[in-house]
Amino acid sequence: MSDRYELRFSGSGGQGMILAGIIMAEAASIYGTKNAAQSQSYGPESRGGASKAEVIISDQIIDYPKATAIDCMLAMTQEACTKYHGDVKEGGILLVDSDEVKVLPEGKFRLLKYPITSAARDELGKTIVANIISLGMITELTGIVTHEAIEKAVLSRVPAAFLELNKKALQIGFERAKTLK
Amino acid sequence: MADRKKKFLQGNEACVEGALYAGCMFFAGYPITPSTEVAEGLSVRLPKIGGKFIQMEDEIAGIAAALGGSLAGLKSMTATSGPGFSLKQECLGYACLAEIPLVIVNVMRGGPSTGYPTGPSQSDIMQAKWGTHGDHPAISVTPSYVQEILSETVRAFNLAERFRTPVVVLYDEILGHMREPITIPAPGDLEVIDRMRPECKSEDYLPYDEKYEVAPLAPFGAGYRFHVTGLNHKQDGFPTNDSKQIGANNLRIMSKIENHKEEIWKNDELLLDDAEVAVFTIGSTARSARFAVLEARKAGIKAGLLRPLTIWPFPEKAVRELAKRVKAIIVPELNLGQMILEVERVSGAACEVVGINRVDGEPITPMQILDVIKKYK
Amino acid sequence: MSVPAEKKEKVSVPFDYNKYLRPNKLPHIWCPGCGHGIVLKAMLRAIDKTGFDKNDICVISGIGCSSRTPGYVDFNTLHTLHGRALSFATGVKFANPKLKVIVVTGDGDALAIGGNHFIHTCRRNIDLTVLVFTNATYGMTGGQYSPTTPMGSQATTSRYGSIEPPFDACEMAKASGASFVARGTAYHTLELEKTIHEAIMHKGTSVVDIIDACPTYYGRANKFKSATHMMEVIEKENTVNVKQADKLPPEKLEGKFLRGVLHKIEKPEYCEQYESIVMEKAKAK
Repeated sequence: MSDRYELRFSGSGGQGMILAGIIMAEAASIYGTKNAAQSQSYGPESRGGASKAEVIISDQIIDYPKATAIDCMLAMTQEACTKYHGDVKEGGILLVDSDEVKVLPEGKFRLLKYPITSAARDELGKTIVANIISLGMITELTGIVTHEAIEKAVLSRVPAAFLELNKKALQIGFERAKTLK
Repeated sequence: MADRKKKFLQGNEACVEGALYAGCMFFAGYPITPSTEVAEGLSVRLPKIGGKFIQMEDEIAGIAAALGGSLAGLKSMTATSGPGFSLKQECLGYACLAEIPLVIVNVMRGGPSTGYPTGPSQSDIMQAKWGTHGDHPAISVTPSYVQEILSETVRAFNLAERFRTPVVVLYDEILGHMREPITIPAPGDLEVIDRMRPECKSEDYLPYDEKYEVAPLAPFGAGYRFHVTGLNHKQDGFPTNDSKQIGANNLRIMSKIENHKEEIWKNDELLLDDAEVAVFTIGSTARSARFAVLEARKAGIKAGLLRPLTIWPFPEKAVRELAKRVKAIIVPELNLGQMILEVERVSGAACEVVGINRVDGEPITPMQILDVIKKYK
Repeated sequence: MSVPAEKKEKVSVPFDYNKYLRPNKLPHIWCPGCGHGIVLKAMLRAIDKTGFDKNDICVISGIGCSSRTPGYVDFNTLHTLHGRALSFATGVKFANPKLKVIVVTGDGDALAIGGNHFIHTCRRNIDLTVLVFTNATYGMTGGQYSPTTPMGSQATTSRYGSIEPPFDACEMAKASGASFVARGTAYHTLELEKTIHEAIMHKGTSVVDIIDACPTYYGRANKFKSATHMMEVIEKENTVNVKQADKLPPEKLEGKFLRGVLHKIEKPEYCEQYESIVMEKAKAK
């Protein structure tokens, strides 16, 4: 299993967690040289409720598309954090949005906190790009994909009118993650 | 070199690519989770190539309109999930008896009833074979990877057109919604079969001509004014009460598939040559199984995997031969035991047959399978 | 097939029905006195008037007595499942809009088991001609009450009198969006021929509700003396041509069905609308 790098993006439906997963997987497999599989799970509603996307990155064929022992997990809401943190492996990273996650889980993982939503709101005026800031942070923290690859992947998935906004969000993510290292 | 685009696609999106590659020009369906992306994708793509997309008023109308489209000469498809698949069953039987080519995609979700629309399941395996009333032929293909959803959708069209019969593409919610990088094949990379059209004079045309196993099918409007009915019929397509003809026709629609099983079967085998314990499964569960088998090998256990890409007709030959060589066949499936009945039937008492079942909306994990494999160390 | 004596013989040369029939598939299954044969003949005369090539005509039905019609006529013919004729027809027409598609269906087939398809076919206004043979009976299964059976009527499943209000197929078609709605009867056979012809020539969903009689089940159960008696009571006395209706006092119209073209409007047709999207996409390339 060591040839698998597992990521989980979790939050509430509508926060762009599935899109974040897709972008990360594309950065690895389309704009990078690795293989990737992205899967998701959510309730019958497309908005609200805990939702998660998982990305497996590997140099080999990816069989099981779901996370088994997570290398890096993002939690954007308290509900998602509480519900999904259990699979983070020993020594893995759990990045939480400290605006939302107040009850911090305990475990043998590296717990990193950052007010992601307020950074999006205060610095870019749009909470909608919180997921892109997270992608920047995770890229910087894990090094699983390059800055160039994640940028290409982000820009290929967002509307043309918002390219600059998303570029900035990614940049903020890279920088803030350095402060957590 | 031909242009082969690499794309990062969802299983349902790959199904759209496969349908278009195969020459699908008609889609009629009704929205249902977790298959809706197939309809959504084709609603964008078909008008661009002059193909036809229509959202019908219900599941039954979806398959019925697709059958109409096929009779008018277009390669046709519909897509659904469990509850819709149940509703489509009467029309599925019509397609079997009237011998109308059609591809039906069933992205399986948790059941029974409304069940768990966003959770995976493999509980329509038996429905794909026995869902419609009366004895009838059944072909179902079962991909496990996003790339395979594309290629198996193409194969489903080929089988439907080749054998003038409905073909079910059966995969689960995980595969329908997960994304993987895939390569879109260039024209010519994959075989594409078109239905046989009559060349005879219109007055000599018999839509169910007994001199063929699978008779050529004329499109409506091409000058062959023939009759199609869901009643038992003669080779000219008209209803009959003659028991000899009813019996012969019912046997022929079965034998046209039975006699060509070797051509329809497709299995993927992994490390079976020296295997002492084998896993037999399909769809996303086969991905867990491959993971488990490779882990077992690392632990020195001689495990292997038999993964059928055609579940109907059931791969009797492969399972029968496998049963003679192994101590046990493990059958993981996201239901309470459907494929295992066939494995037991075919293997007889030649080896032990063990099921792993799950119906809680979660996948069977590699560890669950590995734990059972380890018992045969 | 028995044809009632017509008031005026307008056809000087006898019409050659065999031009459109499959004579070797006859005799048909319909009972003596059944109105379906009369309707079939009116339909064939109407088709002949259109001048369309037989190869371009497709006749599609569901299940029931009237739905056996396609087997007897020499066109592209499709006998489908109970209630589903309109869905199959939508597929055929949409796949090949050059075909003239005529759906032959019964009142149970179209309005009960196929009711949802009926409503939505009308809503789309796809170019189909829908002939509803309304005999207020499920004849094929032995005379049960149907969605058009009048209240109080006897049937094998309403032995104490039907307590269900009947549907009016024309009102339903109009409310659902059909752009041509008409009614005829087997009794008024020349008028019916004209109405069917107009329905076929109309672009869009055309519904013709055709009242005919089932003497075998409905007639016997409800004490009609004969098939002709049924025609006189149900088809002649109980209907009024829409053109005469204006001249009659309301009490003379009470409980009576109007005949003729009841609703006809110009409205975008489904296949044409779709084709304009296709053309637009082709230009965008």
